[in-house]
Amino acid sequence: MSRKLLAALLSLTVTLALSLALIDRPLPTEDLPARVGQAMQSSGVAHPVTAVLLNFRSYDTLLEVGVLLIAVVVALALREAQPDGPDRMGLDNPLLRAITAWLMPLMLMVSGYLLWAGSTRPGGAFQAGAVLAACGVLLRLCGTGLSWLEQPWRLRAGLALGPLVFLAAGTATMLAGASFLAYPEPLAGSLILFIELNLMVSIALALISLFRLAPPQSDSPHFADRRRSRRE
Amino acid sequence: MSSALFYAWVGVVLCGLGLFGFILHRHLMRRLLAFNIMGSGSFMILVGLAQDGRGADPVPQALVLTGIVVAVASTALALVILRRWYRVSGESRLPEDV
Repeated sequence: MSRKLLAALLSLTVTLALSLALIDRPLPTEDLPARVGQAMQSSGVAHPVTAVLLNFRSYDTLLEVGVLLIAVVVALALREAQPDGPDRMGLDNPLLRAITAWLMPLMLMVSGYLLWAGSTRPGGAFQAGAVLAACGVLLRLCGTGLSWLEQPWRLRAGLALGPLVFLAAGTATMLAGASFLAYPEPLAGSLILFIELNLMVSIALALISLFRLAPPQSDSPHFADRRRSRRE
Repeated sequence: MSSALFYAWVGVVLCGLGLFGFILHRHLMRRLLAFNIMGSGSFMILVGLAQDGRGADPVPQALVLTGIVVAVASTALALVILRRWYRVSGESRLPEDV
């Protein structure tokens, strides 16, 4: 049987099985929105998703930042010694630079706003970090570069900042007698904002460095002889 | 069928499409794209099912937000590995698929 037919059959079967499971689904036994609503008073923020992310289930968020960090560490281990000059970064175009100079303050402002808005409406560290990372990617694409990231210890310190502050906050609550990452109620709001601020820096740096660490596109493979002469 | 359930079903279709592409294509970039489509489908199932009949549920939404960040990180890492593999071997597919 041909590969295409087999793939179509398998994926159709999976789709049908999932559809049946969707129709014949068990009803939820627990009313999670109501429980979140009850606990909102003690969370320190007004937006339920932020409350779940950084208070009720902050353990998940801590591990998620860990996953990001591991991805960057693996990418750092895989990088090759390569000159990182402006000619390797992409388009060095004066018009692009002029537009970037206009856009950059706006993007930084949006990033700060998203971080601040996270406590009352959709937003937060990840969205703000993503916008900040977009700033970095844009700067790199127009050849401006991020020279202060060339110093390895600066990059590493920035990457470690968020998880370290998060861990420190979690451990501090343990020292105060509560369980890990159980913030005291009066301090919860400002503590969450402080953690999010540091997380934003680390997330943005992680995304930027993942972008930087991909080998440049312009050059051919090292081992030309291994290349197949026949291209399908 | 409520609209939330419809979203979940669209997620199911996306999962099926992603699986089809993942099996069919041998080019690693296409496989990565197909895998991401599968992931988006599972996110839609999670959010759609949880919202069915009782409005927005912040817990699965936060879960999916976490999942999206992890998916971005893994996709970026996969791209780094893919391009490194291309630089070393000159191939954009795995040795057993060539």
